[in-house]
Amino acid sequence: MVNMVFIQRELRLLARQKADWLNPILFFIIVLSLFPLGVGPEPNMLRIIAPGIVWIAALLSVLLASERLFKDDYRNGVIEQLVAGRQSLLAFVLAKTLANWLSTGLPLILLSPVVALLLGLQQPALAAMALTLLLGTPLLSLLSVLGSALTMAADKGGILLALLILPLYIPLLIFASSAIEAASIGLGYQGQLAILLAMLLLALALVPMAVTSALRINVS
Amino acid sequence: MFKWLDPYAKSETLYHFCGKLLPYLMVSALALLLLGNIWGLAFTPADYQQGDSYRIIHIHVPSAIMSMGAYAAMASAAFVALVWQIKVAHWAVLAIAPIGATYTAIALITGMAWGKPMWGAWWVWDARLTSELILLFLYLGVIALNGAFSDRQVGAKVSSLLALIGVINLPIIHFSVEWWNTLHQGATITKFARPSIDPSMLWPLLISILAFAVLLMALTCLRLRTAILVNEQHRPWVRKLVGG
Repeated sequence: MVNMVFIQRELRLLARQKADWLNPILFFIIVLSLFPLGVGPEPNMLRIIAPGIVWIAALLSVLLASERLFKDDYRNGVIEQLVAGRQSLLAFVLAKTLANWLSTGLPLILLSPVVALLLGLQQPALAAMALTLLLGTPLLSLLSVLGSALTMAADKGGILLALLILPLYIPLLIFASSAIEAASIGLGYQGQLAILLAMLLLALALVPMAVTSALRINVS
Repeated sequence: MFKWLDPYAKSETLYHFCGKLLPYLMVSALALLLLGNIWGLAFTPADYQQGDSYRIIHIHVPSAIMSMGAYAAMASAAFVALVWQIKVAHWAVLAIAPIGATYTAIALITGMAWGKPMWGAWWVWDARLTSELILLFLYLGVIALNGAFSDRQVGAKVSSLLALIGVINLPIIHFSVEWWNTLHQGATITKFARPSIDPSMLWPLLISILAFAVLLMALTCLRLRTAILVNEQHRPWVRKLVGG
């Protein structure tokens, strides 16, 4: 299941193509800073809309990062070799997902204190935001890998990927932002976290299978 | 158990089978549509509270129910296509998708037309409206994904996979949206024990629902026949059929 060679390869690729994961992080911060400019800088207003903004910016930046996930491997024949060969395709998919999360999800979690500062989020909400990002970004990575695998051989990627994947993000958006909202008015948010965890585990069980079959279809 | 189904996996057999079915389906769809809609729109009593504007349910409810029914049919075809590697089932997925999308759009538009006088707004972010809108996005995703490949076969397979992924996600999306906001009225006719709708309104509604279901089948047959011809155009039997 876990193959260190694949993981090392993905990490080495990321180290060599820094723009692939640095740009989405920059994009995340830029989108976040556009909202106060658009709706006005009143701290109360920002605090109300912060949970939604954070998660929408996260969704969009992960989406941006995922467009080219499989494109290069598809073009230079790596995926074809993997499908034809004896290596486990599942291990490759898991390595890809892990690398995607390390390069796009993890930075967002590390950035969450800065985000809280920008949007004026106070302590309980900050913790909730970090926790929802911790549970939600792996799910985002899984779904993006799925979308990317589906559109791998498509002639026009881009907007198509958004059309496919954004509807699938909706439950995550609802529960994650509602957890932060509950925390910011002093309510418990364990229920939302439990649902996020449940969705993550379900996706972890099913999505890699769907991704491997999408890869197989695309090279057949 | 399903041995009798096997011949229909062959495109030629299926083409002729659909051709045989099509006139019956078309005629009964038309008859049921006329009966249900004219009865429902013109001859049922007005609602004591909503007046005449409730009559749009005779279009709204059938299209909403069948938009979900079409998705179920599409996903079943996708499952058959992917598990048993049956080509015609992939084409069935693509045959159903635009019909389902149209039903979804009809349900949304008629719902908006009803919402304006009743709720005072064209659109509210209610759970059912939102899930129906997302259903439309899922349909459009399947259609768009299929169109994005230069290799027709790969496009068909990938869209089937997406249809199947969508059907797993649909309940999750539905319940999360439900949990998020609810304004739409509860189900009226699914309570089989004692429907909270008067029989004089119920019968035309049920006929309209049946009409939309039969119309869905008829249009699917029609589109599937076309898809078979397009995809199998190099086969001798198609050449002979079109006289080329």
